[in-house]
Amino acid sequence: MTDLETASHPENLRRVAIEPLSRVEGHGKVTLLLDADNRVRQARLHIVEFRGFEKFIEGRPYWEVPVMVQRLCGICPVSHHLAASKAMDQIVGATLTPTAEKIRRLMHYGQILQSHALHFFHLASPDLLFGFAADAAQRNIVGLAARDPAIVKKGVLLRKYGQEIIRMTAGKRVHGTGSIPGGVNKSLAPEDRAALLKDIYAIIGWSREAIGIIKSLFERHLAQYRDFAHFDAHSLCLVRADGALDFYDGGLRARRIDGPTLFDHFDTDRYWDAIVEDVKPWSYMKFPFLRQLGDADSGWYRVGPLTRVTQCDFIPTPLAERERQEFLAFADGAATRATLGFHWARMIEMLHAAEAIKELLHDDAIVGHDLVASGQRQERGVGVIEAPRGTLIHHYRVDENDQVIRANLIVSTTHNNQAMNAAIRSVARQFFDGREITEGLLNHIEVAIRCFDPCLSCATHALGRMPLEIEIVGAGGTVLDRATRDSSGRFARS
Amino acid sequence: MTAPILVFGWGNPSRGDDALGPLFVERIAAMHIPGVECLTDFQLQVEHALDLTDRQLILFVDASLDCEVPYRHSRLSPGHDHNFSTHAMTPEALMQVYFDLHDDDPPPCELLAIRGESFELGKPLSPSAAMHLDRAIDWASKRLAAQRT
Repeated sequence: MTDLETASHPENLRRVAIEPLSRVEGHGKVTLLLDADNRVRQARLHIVEFRGFEKFIEGRPYWEVPVMVQRLCGICPVSHHLAASKAMDQIVGATLTPTAEKIRRLMHYGQILQSHALHFFHLASPDLLFGFAADAAQRNIVGLAARDPAIVKKGVLLRKYGQEIIRMTAGKRVHGTGSIPGGVNKSLAPEDRAALLKDIYAIIGWSREAIGIIKSLFERHLAQYRDFAHFDAHSLCLVRADGALDFYDGGLRARRIDGPTLFDHFDTDRYWDAIVEDVKPWSYMKFPFLRQLGDADSGWYRVGPLTRVTQCDFIPTPLAERERQEFLAFADGAATRATLGFHWARMIEMLHAAEAIKELLHDDAIVGHDLVASGQRQERGVGVIEAPRGTLIHHYRVDENDQVIRANLIVSTTHNNQAMNAAIRSVARQFFDGREITEGLLNHIEVAIRCFDPCLSCATHALGRMPLEIEIVGAGGTVLDRATRDSSGRFARS
Repeated sequence: MTAPILVFGWGNPSRGDDALGPLFVERIAAMHIPGVECLTDFQLQVEHALDLTDRQLILFVDASLDCEVPYRHSRLSPGHDHNFSTHAMTPEALMQVYFDLHDDDPPPCELLAIRGESFELGKPLSPSAAMHLDRAIDWASKRLAAQRT
């Protein structure tokens, strides 16, 4: 299938250890390994922030977990909140009441909306609207705000709307406590419902406009957008029992790179029968693969918006489904195979989230009072959701003293680990001249990574620390070139 | 009514000294200073530009790895932000976004950077950071009182 590890003699490609300092600074680091002919053979994106998650959780009482896991990630705390809550529903043996499930879904759709809006309007659109090779000093949210404040304002208001839903359902702007084992601790206040209903139609309209932006970019730059950072991969996502797109619940569906379904509606409670987590000596990240396909080199896969939108049978809201059909048909399916297609799919999902929010706001169950259920206590709980960046798995074992004795988390960015490496390698093969790292190469690698919207910000963010570093390692193991872009935007080779 | 002074600290309370921003805000909030609103978040995000509206002063507070011990106070101007792929913004970039959205200067903004040392997940505040926090609180309580008068 994949030719990610293509060197005829991989032993000649030096395995580079991560410097300890890089583990605490939260920067992104890319290593490109060359063969004897100075061609890029491997690409490795080092994301080091995910270490220690499980140890952070183990030993805690189970009812604390849905709240404290939000501190794992400053970008998608609600995703961890809900995945942990779903796992703890199993621990307390609960089947959710209709009100509880709908409040959680409302919170989740709010999270999808605000996360996708942030990504598209503020992280990706500067790349797309200024061009991949544009000066980094211009190619950012501030540059975009100067050029087109209307776009930025809509992005800000979309994100604010999603954040308001989170605040109203979770109780607070950050560190919300709304979702608890077995249900939720509050429903939506009638005045909050009215406030959200007032603005939801504008939100749907702006979401449709956002799809128009990315669609027109594909139309104008078809060849570039189709081919940029291209790679093929197996895919994995949740789908509802009827095959519909579902961010909150369902079974696992995996498709092979060439189309056939590997498994469908797979029970998430036994995800380990479908997914194996491999480790590599040079990375703190795990390397998950599909068990049926043998090993990490042949069984890695892709998750996230592009997978969900292409692998579901339909989207259960009308405007988003219409957009999905257009996306699938565009240029004989070219966008569905393009790495930049992530952006288009992400905007279709944002529209779906907005439509789903509207439907829930019109459902009287969201102001109901039957909030919590319970049942027979269990020792093990698995919670799986589709987070903004892809499938998120939380798995816990809880002892008779109510303490978590084992935790296993597979986050979206880990699922996409090898997929991101494949995209980077594709870019590097196109833009690396065989001699040195150029600013253009670095720019294009940034654009490729941003398609996946990885959670690099799980790390600390203390002032002045978020560079991207690229390193070229020759066949003999020598570092041939190194370049960074620091947080002030300066490109420097060393 | 919007409080004239906003104290906005950010950071992850469970990542060692990254908690400096939220802990600072927690302590200022406990003082119940009239006219002062306190907000925290994990990270500074673009929608926080909306929180700057109708203020007389915004005091941003964050942990810093490279400022002087125990803290550094500075006045801010709008500016660009070139962080790679991060979902977080600098306060200068937030001010710039405010300017571009409103076609008007943002209110006066200041940054209080408190020196931290250790940022590991699950670790408590380091002893040195705790001392830096005390010093920063002393300074800020005087600064906020002076601003009100």
